[in-house]
Amino acid sequence: MTEPDAPTATAAPRELEMYFGPQHVGMVGNFGIILTVEGDTVVRARANPGYLHRGFEKLMEYRTYIQNFPLVCRLNVMDPDPNEALYAMAVEDLAGLDVPPRAHYIRTVVLELSRVSSHLMWMWGYANLLGFETLGQWAMGDRDYVLDLFEALTGGRVYHTYIWPGGVRRDLPDGFADKAYRVLDHLQSMLPEYDNLFFNHRLFADRTQGLAVLGRDDALAMGVTGTNLRATGAAADTRKDEPYAAYGALDFDVPTMQDGDSYARAVVVRLEIEQSLSLVRQALEGMPGGPAWTKMPNPFKWEVPPGETYVKIESARGEAGFYMVSDGSDKPYRVHFRSPSYPVGILVLERLLQGASLSDVGHIMLSLNIAAPEIDR
Amino acid sequence: MISEKKSLFAPFAAVKFLFRKPHTLRFPFEPKEPAPRYRGLHLNDWGTCTGCGNCADICPNQAITMVPIPEIEAEPGDTGERPQVDYGRCCFCGLCVDICPPGSLSLSRDFYHIDRTTDSFAYLAKDERSDPEAFLPAGEYSILKAGLGHRKEDNPGFGPDMAYSLVAFERTPMPALPPEQRKTGFAEIVQGFTEAEARREASRCLECSLCEAACPAGMDIQEYVLAIWRGDYEQALRVIYRTNPLPSVCGRVCTHKCEETCGLGKRGEPVAVRWLKRFAADQVAPEGYKRVLGTEHIEPADGTVAVVGAGPAGLSAAHFLAVKGHPVTVFEALPQPGGVLRYGIPEYRLPYAALDKDIDYIRSLGVEIRSGTCVGEDITLQDLHEQFDAVFIATGLHVGRSTKVEGTDHEHVVQALPLLRDITEGREVFVGEAVIVIGGGDVAMDCARSMARLQMKRFGRVHVTLTCLESEEIMPASRDEIDEAREEGITIIPARGPERIDIQDGRIIGLHTVACVSVFDEAGKFNPTFDREDTRFFEGDMVVEAIGQGMDTSYIPEDVANRLEYQGRRIRVNDGYQSSVPWLFVGGDMVQGPDAVTAIANGHAAADGITAYLKGARP
Repeated sequence: MTEPDAPTATAAPRELEMYFGPQHVGMVGNFGIILTVEGDTVVRARANPGYLHRGFEKLMEYRTYIQNFPLVCRLNVMDPDPNEALYAMAVEDLAGLDVPPRAHYIRTVVLELSRVSSHLMWMWGYANLLGFETLGQWAMGDRDYVLDLFEALTGGRVYHTYIWPGGVRRDLPDGFADKAYRVLDHLQSMLPEYDNLFFNHRLFADRTQGLAVLGRDDALAMGVTGTNLRATGAAADTRKDEPYAAYGALDFDVPTMQDGDSYARAVVVRLEIEQSLSLVRQALEGMPGGPAWTKMPNPFKWEVPPGETYVKIESARGEAGFYMVSDGSDKPYRVHFRSPSYPVGILVLERLLQGASLSDVGHIMLSLNIAAPEIDR
Repeated sequence: MISEKKSLFAPFAAVKFLFRKPHTLRFPFEPKEPAPRYRGLHLNDWGTCTGCGNCADICPNQAITMVPIPEIEAEPGDTGERPQVDYGRCCFCGLCVDICPPGSLSLSRDFYHIDRTTDSFAYLAKDERSDPEAFLPAGEYSILKAGLGHRKEDNPGFGPDMAYSLVAFERTPMPALPPEQRKTGFAEIVQGFTEAEARREASRCLECSLCEAACPAGMDIQEYVLAIWRGDYEQALRVIYRTNPLPSVCGRVCTHKCEETCGLGKRGEPVAVRWLKRFAADQVAPEGYKRVLGTEHIEPADGTVAVVGAGPAGLSAAHFLAVKGHPVTVFEALPQPGGVLRYGIPEYRLPYAALDKDIDYIRSLGVEIRSGTCVGEDITLQDLHEQFDAVFIATGLHVGRSTKVEGTDHEHVVQALPLLRDITEGREVFVGEAVIVIGGGDVAMDCARSMARLQMKRFGRVHVTLTCLESEEIMPASRDEIDEAREEGITIIPARGPERIDIQDGRIIGLHTVACVSVFDEAGKFNPTFDREDTRFFEGDMVVEAIGQGMDTSYIPEDVANRLEYQGRRIRVNDGYQSSVPWLFVGGDMVQGPDAVTAIANGHAAADGITAYLKGARP
């Protein structure tokens, strides 16, 4: 925090510039906001996601197609699998690899479990910031059961390196479906508890309803997707609009809310968890037989034909996309990652914080479900 | 729905959670085991690891370094190196496991490593068998000491799975004539890859170069396989000719030690290196060779060389001397050059056109081949010494050995090489109605399969029995030859020793054999032992002896011969294949082998030796 009697050049005499993060109890992830406040009111906010210094897109140009596979999941630690799926889909499109039906179903299971785990982690942060620590503990504890499933399926709890070009890396282990059903049953049984404790709670509603309202037109103009857009009443979901993996064959709703405020955004996430649990169950029940992988070429002699492609999927935060260009060599010529957090974390956040109370900054930011690593990639 | 006023007793609803199983702290303590697929610290079975380094090549974080291990001797098929993992870099993606060709590398369910220093992050991956001291049974293991030197025994995690391996274990099938068709004549069996097939096969190569250490000729195998994969066949030919001037030959009949050491062969089928070489040589037309290989203009060099014997060693030496500009004359006793390549190996394995393509190119470099000129009869070795600055002899092994059992003096007991030579030259040979071949090497197979073809022509059926001292596992013949011979209807009965040939009324009626218990004694020397009780009789009216050949050095004059030193049965030479007589260089089967690619290799080395000698010998 800068000294009150030594205001910076950017701030007017009554204003104070202060850092909100990256080292701040109200901040999750490697993210910061430079706030200009007057009293308790935010006058200006500047998002500062540049703490990761990763250079993913450049790095990918220097790695072979197989070497990029363990890298891409690290684009988002909370929701790694959509990135693996995107990379695989982009490479499959350029290289002309077929994906067996079973792999599509397994991918669907993994992607939805990833969404659930991401939403639970979000719930932990969000509830904590609003003072509902019990829900935070519950959500984090329940997320661990999802991580157990990932561990059984992929061998990794957080970074799964599992969905790769041509399908998935290993078939389902014995007894996986039963294990998964038990976890799904448990999570399903916890949802009413979550509601009772938090989502239906008067205190939560009072603090968040009408707060940080994002209109549908603004959202669309700024490229907002995912739960943040659906909270404004737009039923836009890539899984429905342009189905990938096995989504075309599964039955699910796209939950929406109308108000576009913090409350609506949170409730959409909560409703989505329920849909995801149902999707995992449907995918496991409808799992076709056959192979789970079409062998990719020898990774040391794999040159992908020249071309470009854009693939997109619905990650936990919205439309995530990969634009990939191949020049016919063994490494991508250029990769661009379209992250759903980018417009939300920079454009929307800066706008919504204007005029907000300092005490609301943390949970407004969290209501937008921003993943800093997706922005600074 | 937002719940408005709650009951005063609502907080008591939380009491039910007291009876639920808690997420984390549980009493009594329940240890949590990682999943069977857990990706933890590495395991490596040093016994099956070949040190190929594919794990280090694929690692996206450059966390793996190949480290030479003093206890492990480098040999063909094992570089003597083992992977060392830097846990400061490893991201536990497990790509190293999925690329490992022998499947020695895996990940365990261990994930604790506690140490004061980051230096200990460098870990030479081992497993229970490679490092019994570090891996402790559950009773002795303690989490308080957990680390890279204190691991849990029998704790495997993410392991190799062939169905999900990044390695293509299956070979591209080679089109070949079916047995019924091939045994009716001497047409080439193996049809060769199409371009698409060759590139698919070349694409399987992981470029680890294990094969190169095994190749007697030291060929840059992965480099020409890579060129074939890229479709640059001229480059492939250039790489091949660096070390091997007989690619059409080697591409068909090489003993392919490369394929035996290929890492892919540990769990699957090795890359078809031999067929790929053949493919590369077949892609460039003979007219294009000089342009492709850059031999249109060769700067002449001083020093003339005579080569005695136009077999693989002689031709190889002649080629490498000619490209250095030395005038070379090759003397060959038989009517055409090629040696055993032409007169030993049957046409169905090596068509004469393929051999001629390689020889014609060597001729086009200015090498003069005087066929039908026998050194020792038409010209003496002394004459060559006087007319040339250096002499290279590589007359091979062509004097047949006999079993010397009773009856071998019968006219229908024939030696392998004269028989094969007669067949090559189209001479009428005696064809028995039932032929017995004694011997278990490739030459014996050549005789058996050639006789089967002649029987098909004459009698319309095959009746050939092949018998040898060695049991099937240690028969020196290549596996393909044994399998193909069987497919052609030849009966192979290994582990039998010939006792006597039964002759009645001047006709051979069969061979009496006894069981051969062992071929080599404890010292590894050839010293067969027999079980004379276990006898067996093979019917037949003709016997072919194919039990090895010796060399004929009668053309070497006595004064020179007396100065030669020997090493066992072979002539002793130095690294440049120079004998103890300075102007006389010796190569081929006379010093090493016997096989064509070794002869090509020592012909090449001798050419270098001769060049060095000529430079030093001339003022």
